[in-house]
Amino acid sequence: MSFISRGFEGRRSQQPGGGLIPPGQHLVDDFPVLSAGPTPETELDEWDFTIIDESGDVAARWTWEEFLALPSESPTVDIHCVTSWSKLATSWDGVSVDTLLEDVETSAEYVLAFCDGGYTTNLPLEDVLDGQAWVAFGYDGDELEAEHGGPARLLVPHLYFWKSAKWVRGLRLLDEDEPGFWESLGYHNYGDPWRQQRYQGD
Amino acid sequence: MSQTDLRRVDGNALGGVLGDLFAADLTLATTTCAGCRAQAPLATIHVYLDAPGAVARCPGCNAVLLRVVRHETRAWLDLTGIKVLEIPLGPA
Amino acid sequence: MVGTVDETPAVRTLQLVVPGWPGHRPGQHLDVRLTAPDGYRAQRSYSIATPADGERLDLGVERLDGGEVSPYLNGELRAGDQLELRGPIGGYFVWDPALGGGEPVLLIGGGSGVVPLMAMARARRLAGSNVPMRWLSSSRTLADVVYRAEVEQLAAAGDGFEVFQALSRDAPPDWAGHRGRIDEARLTEVAWPPEAGGRTFICGPTTFVEAMARALLKLGHDPARIKTERFGGTGAP
Repeated sequence: MSFISRGFEGRRSQQPGGGLIPPGQHLVDDFPVLSAGPTPETELDEWDFTIIDESGDVAARWTWEEFLALPSESPTVDIHCVTSWSKLATSWDGVSVDTLLEDVETSAEYVLAFCDGGYTTNLPLEDVLDGQAWVAFGYDGDELEAEHGGPARLLVPHLYFWKSAKWVRGLRLLDEDEPGFWESLGYHNYGDPWRQQRYQGD
Repeated sequence: MSQTDLRRVDGNALGGVLGDLFAADLTLATTTCAGCRAQAPLATIHVYLDAPGAVARCPGCNAVLLRVVRHETRAWLDLTGIKVLEIPLGPA
Repeated sequence: MVGTVDETPAVRTLQLVVPGWPGHRPGQHLDVRLTAPDGYRAQRSYSIATPADGERLDLGVERLDGGEVSPYLNGELRAGDQLELRGPIGGYFVWDPALGGGEPVLLIGGGSGVVPLMAMARARRLAGSNVPMRWLSSSRTLADVVYRAEVEQLAAAGDGFEVFQALSRDAPPDWAGHRGRIDEARLTEVAWPPEAGGRTFICGPTTFVEAMARALLKLGHDPARIKTERFGGTGAP
């Protein structure tokens, strides 16, 4: 990597940092849109969120109205994309995954999030519990825009943002780990930005 | 769909990354979708170049035709969405 | 890079010398890779605007608001700077004067989509070809018409090259070209009739390219004779 393009900085925030960002990341002012396909257009009266347990049964299901009636939180978190941009102190509104799994009995150790458009991502179950994950429907005080994952997306800020699946429609509980869309194509199975776990083998 | 259409390009944009991986020029190829069996010139398939990787979809049914991730020392390629890839050989 | 030409407020020609360049065909593109001091990399494709000419080639770069790479190439980059390139790329969207049986050609470009088409027009001129060629471009305003003077010169040569320009947003009162978006009626006037067996190349923003292609198909043109190249980004010109 000896060739450097004189004067090229990439997309950078004009303000110098404040908080700590993981290695290999840089701050941005905007909120880049990155997707693997067209923005889905699911009508809210067709939308639902389901939890499927490890035997394949629907363990819980909410329509949009039911989902919005659940207790919600407004976390402020830092987010880190594997393509190297980070945003600090982003504010969201969402339902904690702890709330969604409250009444679900399971001995599963893994989850696979599934989404409109076919995207999936896998996580250890313990990484979406204990206040580490939300299904978010609001960003920066407004409804979450479709191009950023609305009506609802997964939000798991302690891992690279490809795990915060856009257009999420449910979680499948699994006994065995199953690599999702990017995890099956070279990306790291876990994705801890603080250990720069971008690719398999990192 | 206009936001989507602004982000979407076509298979011509895959020429560089596929050119590194294949001897033949795949932008001349014709794809058959494993989902709906529609045929299309690879140069015309719907391509989303957003990192983490490139994703190409069938213009007919939107199923994923191919995915490619390019790392410095490795590339990962999933062609399972393409049932048949027809590649012309010889002078174009 | 050895020089630049500002074609319009948003589009700049980068004049490059590429040692060892193997040559290319009109319509092809190359990939530019930029590396920041911390190792961050970004890569984009740009069309080559000139026919093969040894180690010299020109790229056309439209500066996109909020873009990551184009403001650097069409802004920061100076004569003497080096670029990392990969190419030439793409055998699909190409036209050579020597190819085919002299069937007429229609080039339709939206905004900076005219860049690869310009390589084709320039190649035709360089080869002294009389293949009938029509250039149809769509731009927002007069100031945004890329290569305007040069294509008018090519048309003035009287060797079978004709120019049709459309301004979609704002045209001066004495504008003799088309006003507004290119529609089926305009295409019927400009396109070679389907029976002529002509070849069409359409390039520009995705929405523009698809609107043009759809319209031509409705007018009875053979899809196998239409080639497209979609640029992401700026919306219909």
